[in-house]
Amino acid sequence: MNDLKCKNLSMTFTNPQTGAAVEALKDINFTLKKGELLSVLGPSGCGKTTLLNMIAGFINPTAGEIFLGGKNIDGPGVERGMVFQQGALFEWLTVSENVSYGLRMKKTEKKESQRLVEKWLDIVGLNGFDNTPIYQLSGGMQQRVALARCLVNDPDVILMDEPLGALDALTREKMQSLILELWKETGKTIMIITHSVEEAILLGERLFVMAPRPGRIQKEYNLPFSQRGLHESLRAIKQDSEFSKVREEVLTMIWDMEEEIMGRA
Amino acid sequence: MLDLLSDNRASIAALIVLILVVMFVASIYLGFKQSDLHSKDTVFGDVERTKGGGYWAVCGISTLMLLWFYFSWGLGRAYFPETGNEMCQVAKLEKAISPIKATLPIGSRYFRSTTLVARNGDQLTALEAQLPSAAFSSDEVVGLNSTTGKIRQLMANASDPNMLGQDLRDQLTAVVMDLNALSEKLLAGPEDMSPTQEALAQPKWGLTFTEIPMLPRTGRGVLFDETAIMAKDITGMFSSIRNHPPANAVLINEITAEIDTFLKTTDSGGYDEQTASLRYDYLKSVKRIFKRLDDGTIFPAASLGGVNAAIANLDAAKNSARGSLSYIEPLFFPSGHILKSRTQCSEQGSARWLPKPTDVVASFGRLANPDLENGGGFKGQKLFWWRWMPIADVVAFVMPDWIADIVPGDYARHANNGTITPKFKDKLLAFAQGNVNLGVVPMFDGHLWDSMRRVLIALGLGIALGVPLGLYMGVSNFFRSFFDPLIELYRPVPPLAWAPLILTIFGINDDGKVFLLFMVAFAIMVISAKTGAAGTQLSKTRAAHSLGSSDRQILMHVILPNALPEILTGIRISIGVCWGTLVAAEMLAGTTGIGFIENVARTVSDYELIWVTILIMGLLGLGFDLIMRWVIAKTIPWRGKS
Repeated sequence: MNDLKCKNLSMTFTNPQTGAAVEALKDINFTLKKGELLSVLGPSGCGKTTLLNMIAGFINPTAGEIFLGGKNIDGPGVERGMVFQQGALFEWLTVSENVSYGLRMKKTEKKESQRLVEKWLDIVGLNGFDNTPIYQLSGGMQQRVALARCLVNDPDVILMDEPLGALDALTREKMQSLILELWKETGKTIMIITHSVEEAILLGERLFVMAPRPGRIQKEYNLPFSQRGLHESLRAIKQDSEFSKVREEVLTMIWDMEEEIMGRA
Repeated sequence: MLDLLSDNRASIAALIVLILVVMFVASIYLGFKQSDLHSKDTVFGDVERTKGGGYWAVCGISTLMLLWFYFSWGLGRAYFPETGNEMCQVAKLEKAISPIKATLPIGSRYFRSTTLVARNGDQLTALEAQLPSAAFSSDEVVGLNSTTGKIRQLMANASDPNMLGQDLRDQLTAVVMDLNALSEKLLAGPEDMSPTQEALAQPKWGLTFTEIPMLPRTGRGVLFDETAIMAKDITGMFSSIRNHPPANAVLINEITAEIDTFLKTTDSGGYDEQTASLRYDYLKSVKRIFKRLDDGTIFPAASLGGVNAAIANLDAAKNSARGSLSYIEPLFFPSGHILKSRTQCSEQGSARWLPKPTDVVASFGRLANPDLENGGGFKGQKLFWWRWMPIADVVAFVMPDWIADIVPGDYARHANNGTITPKFKDKLLAFAQGNVNLGVVPMFDGHLWDSMRRVLIALGLGIALGVPLGLYMGVSNFFRSFFDPLIELYRPVPPLAWAPLILTIFGINDDGKVFLLFMVAFAIMVISAKTGAAGTQLSKTRAAHSLGSSDRQILMHVILPNALPEILTGIRISIGVCWGTLVAAEMLAGTTGIGFIENVARTVSDYELIWVTILIMGLLGLGFDLIMRWVIAKTIPWRGKS
């Protein structure tokens, strides 16, 4: 019922000076069922962030429609939670104040709000950091706060815009596990935009490889690794020959796209 | 207690100077030692090198204070409290002989006689060259030239030592002898001279408005004082001597007669108007020079050599009699001297416009004293104190009178028997006008509070109105484009350029000044809030949207806190600019405030008071800034850390 559906989605940006139009996205069609984990991969400029921003409701498509659970999307909403690359946390608030921000906006009762904050801080592994100021946290911890802040609002879909892009390799792997864990426990629909081929293959139950000019979905994969990642070690999966095969294939595809862009430029 | 401190300010200064010298030396010693210790810790250019070093602050402050003590003569007065009085006596002597000196090469390069001869000779030559021959007959021209020649002869006779009368020689010799006697008296020293009781009872140096006591308080002072009185007589004698050689008496009669003849001829000659006026003008010029030469102020150079030498003698004797003064003065009383005027001896140079630190403190004490009856405060108002303020006054200030007017009903009218029964509207009006007793609250009072109140009210209004507008300008193109031109047009105008207009419209009391300062604070607050709001990261507002905030909630919970660093910096700048503008505005107009005090002090050249107000303003500004720095550190600890 709470499926995310994109119909004939197109986005054209017009340069206000030259008047030249750029087709950022053209005719995107897909349906994301409730509880699916989608990762989106593509070279820079293929429109993946534009796609995410449209689903989040920050920008309106020039053509086409987006539905969530049958309802047309025409602006940002609580049912679509966002996690940004740099966390986009409010540094004037403490950890628990950041997490409870959404609850305060809808004037949730204080006790209930406190309970929820405690619960989610516990889940993302930030127990005891309630009153720590944001600027004292490391990058990985900040992303945990961002996840908790998003999840405490109980959204239907979680949209992640390169959430682990700014983290070091080790923290990144831990956070990948956390995302899979949260996915399993909450059963939320998740859409992750990433630059990392490995991450996309590892996390994505479904994977879209996008191509630029005009932005489109070049190829779609259905992958088993996220399910396996719920039980197995992520590092072991990455050693897997099947994983390597998919990785090489996707890498080659993106490599060719980049070559094409360079050649055209 | 305060009086005791005030009376002994010279001794206190001596102690303070000693402490300062110890601090200065100790801090330099410590500073170099520490620098040696840590010279290997950091490389040049490392910011860590700027940390620590409190001893250099001590060194800097003590250097500044010592310089202040030195150039204000505070140091000199502390260790040589009688020197000012002695310098005053020397100044008396200098003043007494200055009229003689001014006529001699020792005082003005040339003898005055030389100057007179040169100037009048030049003028005679010029006059002869300008003779309007058309207006005079050729006989008359010859006659006129003969007259000017005689005038020239007057100078020649006066300059001829051989024509000097014996009585004149005697008079000049007497002057020389008197001067030499004076020199001998000075050389003999103060031996058994002692100051009078009256002189010793004078207030000490710096305690009164006349500053330096006039009567001599030391033996040496008495010597100079007595010499000065004698010198005054000699000066009088010298100034009354006139040189009238007998030959000149004859010449003067002849010249007078000749000029008269010319004038009479012109009077009765039937000349046309233009010629007559030429003749009169020329004769007038001749007469003017003649009149200048018939008073006998020209002497032969040779006859004055003796006086010149005697004065040189006297100068030497004076320098010798000054004794220790001759090195104390240049060493401890720098860049100035003491000038004796008709009624007082006053400090000149840096000591005049740079008052001594202890005097400034004493002046501050007088100003800060809330006891108005005993000379405290300034112009009938305390500096910074408190008073009971009726609450009704506050109500009257906040509540406008028209509130009573718009309430339905009528005001009371007098009844037929001549009595008045107040109605509700009357009571409300009395309330709005502050004519009710609502009790009292303690309130700050005084010049300083008046100034601070103006700044704080204006700042409060500026923040209350400027921040919301600035935030909206940061997020809305209507607000930004509509208000930007208005604010950007008035903001660059220096606030003081607005002052004459604003003070005329709103009055010279609080209203005008508060409005002027409000204009300043408002523009700064709008611009800082706008910059802060416009600098909000897009991802933060987007995150807030996704978390279900309404537009208003985003403004309050995301954009406002995000703009807080800029807003606080804006407040910090506003305080500084407002304070500066206020003081200038108070100088322009008004009857209270710290700027008013300085302005009055300026008109009466009360340098101590000027410095007191400057120091108060400096310390207050520093205080405000420290408070703001503390507030900034407390409210936005994340700044520069994310």
